[in-house]
Amino acid sequence: KVSASAASAWPSAPSRCPGSPPPSSGCPPPLAPQAMLRSSQPLTGPNRKRCREDEVLLGTVLDEGERGFIIDTRSAQAAKQARMTGGGTEPKSSYPQWRRLHRPLERGRQLQESFIKLVDACNDTTINMDRWLNRLESCRWLSHVKAALSTACLAAQCMDREEANVLVHGAEGTDTTLLVTALAQVILDPSCRTLAGFQGLLEREWIEAGHPFHLRCAHSAYSHARLKQEAPLFLLFLDCVWQLSRQFPFSLEFSERLLLTLFDNAYASAYGTFLCNNEKERCLCKVKENTHSLWAWLNQPGERQKYLNPLYSPNALVIWPSVEPQSIQLWQGLFFRWIRSSQYLDEAWAEIQWLVEGSEPPKDSAGNRLSRSLSDPTARPENAR
Amino acid sequence: MGTLYLTATHVIFVENGSETRKETWVLHSQISSIEKQATTATGCPLLIRCKNFQVIQLVIPQERDCHDVYISLIRLARPVKYEELYCFSFNPKLDKEEREQGWKLVDLNEEYNRMGIPNSYWQISDVNRDYGVCDSYPTEVYVPKSATAHIIVGSSKFRSRRRFPALSYYCKNNNASICRSSQPLSGFSARCLEDEQMLQAIRKANPGSDFIYVVDTRPKLNAMANRAAGKGYENEDNYSNIKFQFIGIENIHVMRNSLQKMLEVCELKSPSMSDFLWGLENSGWLKHIKAIMDAGIFIAKAVAEEGVSVLVHCSDGWDRTAQVCSVASLLLDPYYRTMKGFMVLIEKDWVSFGHKFNHRYGNLDGDPKEISPVIDQFIECVWQLMEQFPCAFEFNERFLIHIQHHIYSCQFGNFLCNSQKERRELKIQERTYSLWAHLWKNRADYMNPLYRSDHSQTQGTLRSRMAPCNFLYKFWSGMYNRFEKGLHPRQSVTDYLMAVKEETQQLEEELEVLGERLANLQKSQLNDNKDKSKQQERSKQLGLSTSNNSLANTPQEYSNDLKSFPSRSPSQGDEEDSALILTQDNLKSSDPDLSANSDQESGVEDLSCRSPSGGGCLPSEDSGKDSDEAIFLAV
Repeated sequence: KVSASAASAWPSAPSRCPGSPPPSSGCPPPLAPQAMLRSSQPLTGPNRKRCREDEVLLGTVLDEGERGFIIDTRSAQAAKQARMTGGGTEPKSSYPQWRRLHRPLERGRQLQESFIKLVDACNDTTINMDRWLNRLESCRWLSHVKAALSTACLAAQCMDREEANVLVHGAEGTDTTLLVTALAQVILDPSCRTLAGFQGLLEREWIEAGHPFHLRCAHSAYSHARLKQEAPLFLLFLDCVWQLSRQFPFSLEFSERLLLTLFDNAYASAYGTFLCNNEKERCLCKVKENTHSLWAWLNQPGERQKYLNPLYSPNALVIWPSVEPQSIQLWQGLFFRWIRSSQYLDEAWAEIQWLVEGSEPPKDSAGNRLSRSLSDPTARPENAR
Repeated sequence: MGTLYLTATHVIFVENGSETRKETWVLHSQISSIEKQATTATGCPLLIRCKNFQVIQLVIPQERDCHDVYISLIRLARPVKYEELYCFSFNPKLDKEEREQGWKLVDLNEEYNRMGIPNSYWQISDVNRDYGVCDSYPTEVYVPKSATAHIIVGSSKFRSRRRFPALSYYCKNNNASICRSSQPLSGFSARCLEDEQMLQAIRKANPGSDFIYVVDTRPKLNAMANRAAGKGYENEDNYSNIKFQFIGIENIHVMRNSLQKMLEVCELKSPSMSDFLWGLENSGWLKHIKAIMDAGIFIAKAVAEEGVSVLVHCSDGWDRTAQVCSVASLLLDPYYRTMKGFMVLIEKDWVSFGHKFNHRYGNLDGDPKEISPVIDQFIECVWQLMEQFPCAFEFNERFLIHIQHHIYSCQFGNFLCNSQKERRELKIQERTYSLWAHLWKNRADYMNPLYRSDHSQTQGTLRSRMAPCNFLYKFWSGMYNRFEKGLHPRQSVTDYLMAVKEETQQLEEELEVLGERLANLQKSQLNDNKDKSKQQERSKQLGLSTSNNSLANTPQEYSNDLKSFPSRSPSQGDEEDSALILTQDNLKSSDPDLSANSDQESGVEDLSCRSPSGGGCLPSEDSGKDSDEAIFLAV
């Protein structure tokens, strides 16, 4: 396990986009000492600049004869084009032990458009069954979910099956990069699936890593002003986690309710956790001194109960989701939250809770009666039920 | 690699694996189509598609052999006589009395009694006792009190296939009823006094309303076209006090094509999200499901909320009519949402009312244009409702899947032939076994752990919405991708909760027993003053041990050990299928495994999951999409 603090001991990498040195982020599975790193794009530029420090950095991650995978969340073409504006990709000659894979993930304006279209479609009461699936398809939201899950699984697979190290980056390293690394950890690492572990994951991979929440989660789907920086990456991440919870109902300690709460708070919150765009801004605004933390509130014993999954049972293995279209469903709990009543599903969850946790509090169980009568030997014996 | 066996009733493929003898059994009745594919380097592939949506690919090295197998399978999958079917040779080793008891499990007379009939408005009629009036109806039909034999016979002459209006469901709370029939032979202007009287009789049997709905489940255009052929629909001018309504469900040919298109989507290798959604939309399948459901909702509302009786028909009154009547009944009456009630429902609206099982599901080789997934659609409607109302049904998804499987398997005699008359002629009940008895015996596997008879969802009518509800209809991968393990949620919540429920019940029973013993001991202690001190000590000791038990065995803690619960390992849909289907089979020698591969590991890791290729071997049979890993690393 290489923690974030170790990363700060590494030399800064001037050849990467400012503000995003490649910290190690992964919590690899206990047996395999692999690392997952994330960064931003290398600034190779049109003249194929090289940077000794960067090459050394990536070289030290790998032992003799080991290979690594670089997962670039841009298409090969987009990555090449980035060279024109000073960015680019790692040339094979300079990074011989690393193999580069391109898995383009949508972000920015396209992703926001997709989100807006989906919300429109869900709220449209005039569509009949004839056109619903087409409309759903044209939003492409589910395709993005599929792509995100697939890429995260790929990263996880490289680490778990290929036993290789993985470097993930896109352009800035603040959007699709974080989506992939965070999701891969949920897949790989059972501790990230606990309530506490998941909070830690969000702190590490989204907040501290500098996902610009303030820019990305400004107006959600209803804004007419199409803000350039607005994009629902965090929601996409939550959707993917929800897909995992559906496919592995016993493996996450937290319930859908937590995911919905996180979604709400990313956009508008009484707490300071998701404020600003990065740690630097939070320091400047003195967020820690002036606001309360969402985690502090969530973790109170009374609150915490509400976010737990009654079916949870710690699962030490890696959870590999199916990314076939049939396995990926529309997150009704979010997208139809205000449109259809969740009454029947809520009742079902209440049943599940009741079954798993034993007798309801108001109803006196046989066990309670028995212990009471035993603790007081002079009490009149109750007739058996 | 393995050996292929063809028996009189099954195709069996035995793998050459050294340790485990893995067998795949397919009933001939299940084979829907066989396709010879292009010869490759490894041999000649034969693709077998089954009616339960299993797809198997056999690669046979020699072309000549492949052709032989192909021809044999074609012949075996298309029996010409009923006696060739498996149900006549299936032997679950029950004696004659048990077989009879099995058939008596579902009794329709009892069911109509439960509804409250006969009463002052409805009676049983034996006018059809020798099938003299209508040969596709049962011998016992329920009609309004004021419908004399003369009226019934007259009406039957004015209805397609003589299928006169008869009772399907009666609501004793408000006397509203659901009746069913076929289309009237009205043409453009024909009338029939007796038929009009029949409808009046139905109306009069419900004093709470002065009109009835007549629901034609066909699209208006089709119904109008039928008029040119001397059939058609009821004219509101001729029938007093009816309100006529078209609902617009497509015919069997459209449905057959729809299913075909949807299965093509399922067979796509590694489809994109777009491919899948486009394909699904294009098939129109979910649209049809919704249409059937909407019709059922309309009728249920008419009966429950408006208190108005409904007469339902389509063309011949044995397809769409059956679907719609049974959906409506399910919504209206919680009894049909119990396991027993559901069996009764199918017996009533499908089996007794002459749904053409043989023609629709190809028991025997027949006209391919008659084949259509009519009951499959009904079963899917039930599943869609189960997804919307998770606490409302006593049974689970597996129950539905197994029923569908057996409608095609012909392992039991319930779904043979086209009518009650044919079944009695063939003496089905004396020569075959009843599926209902078999399912009932194994009912523990089919329970829904979230069902409680005192739950609000299980009381009264299920109120499902008609619109806007497009999103409520999901693709049923449990049915159409049944054999692709990799696609389903890997952990079965149903099985786990059932196990928890059983444990809890057992423990509570134990607690009760211990409580009683303790109470008795305490009682005898109080009565006996002489040995008071000695007995106090004794009961204290006992108290200690019992209190230890009660604390140590609270359901909460114990449930953590359920992971190693041996008899109920989760999500083994198809392994259980095979055990269920074939344990009593005298032909087989070991427990076959219908699944293409098994990613189940025993012990603590039961509830967790590896990908299918966790064991290091990719499935050797078809459905390459079982292993998603291949997809991730396809560079």
